[in-house]
Amino acid sequence: MSTALTRLYLALVAIFLAAPIVVVAGVSVNERQNLTFPPQGFSLSWYAAIFTDDSWRQALMNSLLLATLAATLAVLIALPLAWFLWRRIAPWANVFQLLGVAPFVLPPVITALGFLTFWTTAGAYGQWWTAIISHGIFFVTLPLVTLTLGFASIDRSLVEAASTMGASERTVLRTVVLPLILPYLVSGFAFVFVLSLNEYIVAYMTVGFTMETLPIKIFNALRYGYTPTMASVSVFFVALAALIFGLVARFGDLPRLLGALSSDES
Amino acid sequence: MTGLALKAITKKFGDFKAVDHVSLDVPQGTFVCLLGPSGCGKTTLLRMIAGLEEPSSGQVVVDGRDITATPTHKRDFGMVFQSLALFPHLNVGDNIAYPLRIRGASKAEQSGRVDELLKLIHLPDFAKRPVAKLSGGQRQRVAIARALAISPRLFLLDEPLSALDAKLREAMQVELRQLQQQLGITTIVVTHDQREAMTMADLVVVMGEGRIRQAAPPVEIYRRPADSFVAGFIGSTNLIAVESDSIGRVTALGTALPDVAMVDGARMATLSVRPEDVQITAPGEGVLAGTVTFVRDLGGTIETFVDVSGTTIVAVTTPRDRSDLAAGQKVGVRIPAQSAVVLKS
Amino acid sequence: MRREAPKSVADYAPLVFPGFMLVAFFVVPFGTMVAVSFFQRQQGGFYTPAFIFDNYERFLSAFFGGVLGFSIMLAVVVALVCVAIGFPFTWLISKASRRVQVVWLVALLSVLSLSEVIIGFAWSTLFSRTAGITNLLVWAGLMAEPRALFPGFGAVLTAMVYQALPYTVLILYPAIVRLDPTLTEAARTLGASPIRAFFNVVVPGLRNTIVATLIMVFVFALGAYLLPQILGRPQHWTLSVLITDQAIYQSNMPFAAAMAVFLVLMSLAMVGLTLLVGRKGEAA
Repeated sequence: MSTALTRLYLALVAIFLAAPIVVVAGVSVNERQNLTFPPQGFSLSWYAAIFTDDSWRQALMNSLLLATLAATLAVLIALPLAWFLWRRIAPWANVFQLLGVAPFVLPPVITALGFLTFWTTAGAYGQWWTAIISHGIFFVTLPLVTLTLGFASIDRSLVEAASTMGASERTVLRTVVLPLILPYLVSGFAFVFVLSLNEYIVAYMTVGFTMETLPIKIFNALRYGYTPTMASVSVFFVALAALIFGLVARFGDLPRLLGALSSDES
Repeated sequence: MTGLALKAITKKFGDFKAVDHVSLDVPQGTFVCLLGPSGCGKTTLLRMIAGLEEPSSGQVVVDGRDITATPTHKRDFGMVFQSLALFPHLNVGDNIAYPLRIRGASKAEQSGRVDELLKLIHLPDFAKRPVAKLSGGQRQRVAIARALAISPRLFLLDEPLSALDAKLREAMQVELRQLQQQLGITTIVVTHDQREAMTMADLVVVMGEGRIRQAAPPVEIYRRPADSFVAGFIGSTNLIAVESDSIGRVTALGTALPDVAMVDGARMATLSVRPEDVQITAPGEGVLAGTVTFVRDLGGTIETFVDVSGTTIVAVTTPRDRSDLAAGQKVGVRIPAQSAVVLKS
Repeated sequence: MRREAPKSVADYAPLVFPGFMLVAFFVVPFGTMVAVSFFQRQQGGFYTPAFIFDNYERFLSAFFGGVLGFSIMLAVVVALVCVAIGFPFTWLISKASRRVQVVWLVALLSVLSLSEVIIGFAWSTLFSRTAGITNLLVWAGLMAEPRALFPGFGAVLTAMVYQALPYTVLILYPAIVRLDPTLTEAARTLGASPIRAFFNVVVPGLRNTIVATLIMVFVFALGAYLLPQILGRPQHWTLSVLITDQAIYQSNMPFAAAMAVFLVLMSLAMVGLTLLVGRKGEAA
């Protein structure tokens, strides 16, 4: 396609993707508590409000804590599983891989409802830690996929070389395997972290009435009208996601993580 | 007893015998080349020596001790892999120091040994370089240095030079041989390149279909191949069907070859003669009568293809000997008895 | 290192924790939900174990049939629009340098990870009377006065395409970026214009990928929950909205569960179809 047409097409998609964010960023710097665009006056006070307003700060802290612990849990589940599937021939163990991918492929409301019925039946409904386990399971797909890719990228002769040089299985794991999959582990963690921060329905169905995460807080605020903090929080989240994925791209091979061949192959 | 002994080693993958009843004695300090076409079981044999594969039966004995059940990491061997298997997350120095580090050697000990080895492979001051920045030959040497870091009891190399271009490969063959002699270490190299084997080895072990076809010093393998498989695999050769006539003389393509002895008890056999041993003469008594079909002049050598009753015999000569042959010419082919080997068919 | 079959029980140790977590917190909750879908509802939000089909029967009413029909229609339209926009887009960025690709991928991932809540809020702002795009049209003199563009079907569809487009691109990306570039080059040397080469070589070559992507995006859009609620009118509510409504506000867990089971079956059927298409593609 001609360069001008190509540019135009890409620009249109870029505008479509950016427009809502630009508008939200615009209204987030309004001086007064109005929903107007272009903004009237300029103020960063609504950004300050995320941290000074008690309820918004609490929601932010809840979300950050949930995302960190859920990402840790998801990685802890995915790492031994991906390692086992790489190291051993055990066809039936692929069932676990299927289980790990299922929550992400099914419509989220199903997983959410599953957790709701389960935690209610188990008598733990509304406990803060149920959200961590729920998110950890819901997003386990992501580190499972990045780690499976990571293991597949390890040349098996490296492991053999290490063992001929006197490294036991445990030493090989510590000195060769873990350093080589670290970028994949970190990106798996980052993916869960960002998605958990933004997740609404599972959090809502597990702890929606007892703990406010930021998405829940935004939705609740949305139902009662408009507060500019919604806008500033949204922009803050977009920036955070872009920052984290930017870091993943900087220190890892993002195209490969997303399915391209590695850069030295192509 | 020192060195390596393989005792009746067999490796089966399902019904397929990758290695079939292999026994071999390797004296201390010997340089062995396992040579054969791909799929002959040579790499599987090497991996069993290293402990990376478990033999289906048989024993691996090193310095008189049966180590068949010893896990790889407790064998104290050094091995160079076909892919070289340098750790991409470690620099040159840390790669070489790896076997020392995991054995708990002190930092000073490690860096001393690394410097020593880098000097040995002619790459001093390379310790801090990332592995990815090395050339093919440099990576090769680093892999060798790493395998030698602990002064292993056995030095194993799996097609170590196959990734290098032809020139560099020949230079590395010489270098590797010199290094081995300097260290006096028992070394086993897997290769499919017969020139490589001839250059480096004290003992060439030719394998085919999982079995040892012949194990002997290079010159003997070349001069006295044990069978037509070995003769065909090592260098190029002419294989000619021969039979003994009623009075016990050996005849080839209808012409009697005096002084050539038949293999015991056989009537039919195969005669192997190297192209450089074949002499082209004028047609006449005691020589095979043939017609030149093609002459390939390579500058340094001339290959003459002669058709003798349907069998093509190749002779290699230098331009000084005969340069006046042309296709269609009637010639005589003389096979000197001392350079012909009769092999069981 | 060769992969080996586990030799002793100890070799299975790495599976213990992941296996336990996945079974206890995914298989069991899922089973619980299926079980509850057959339970008897009690007044006041409770339910008692039973094995009845009432919850499924209730589902066979005109109202729920209408909701189901709307959910499917919405998901189909979203899938078609997303692939129509996303396929040429992905192909174009796959031609760009690795660095440019990375920038696009970061942007796409950032949008993809955006909370449905934030997307809903952002589009409601963009479609609002006071801060929306109609202000831009008024300013340009194309419109007399600004007006709100939501709630309505257009708003729901736009926001859902916005949400699903990055997902679509990321599904298409691996297949397209691995496509042998010499294919289109060959078509070019044979005299095809770039656009013809795209439609004659790239699109047919990735037919199976396109079908699989349509189905994946369909399932993704089927799960839409917040956007129809924020940007639509009640007639634009999807099955997911009803499920949540029944579970949380009507406290009718058995009925919500029955609808969820139905949604699972439909999604699974779609995923199965994807696999089937994929297998056919390999065989071809």
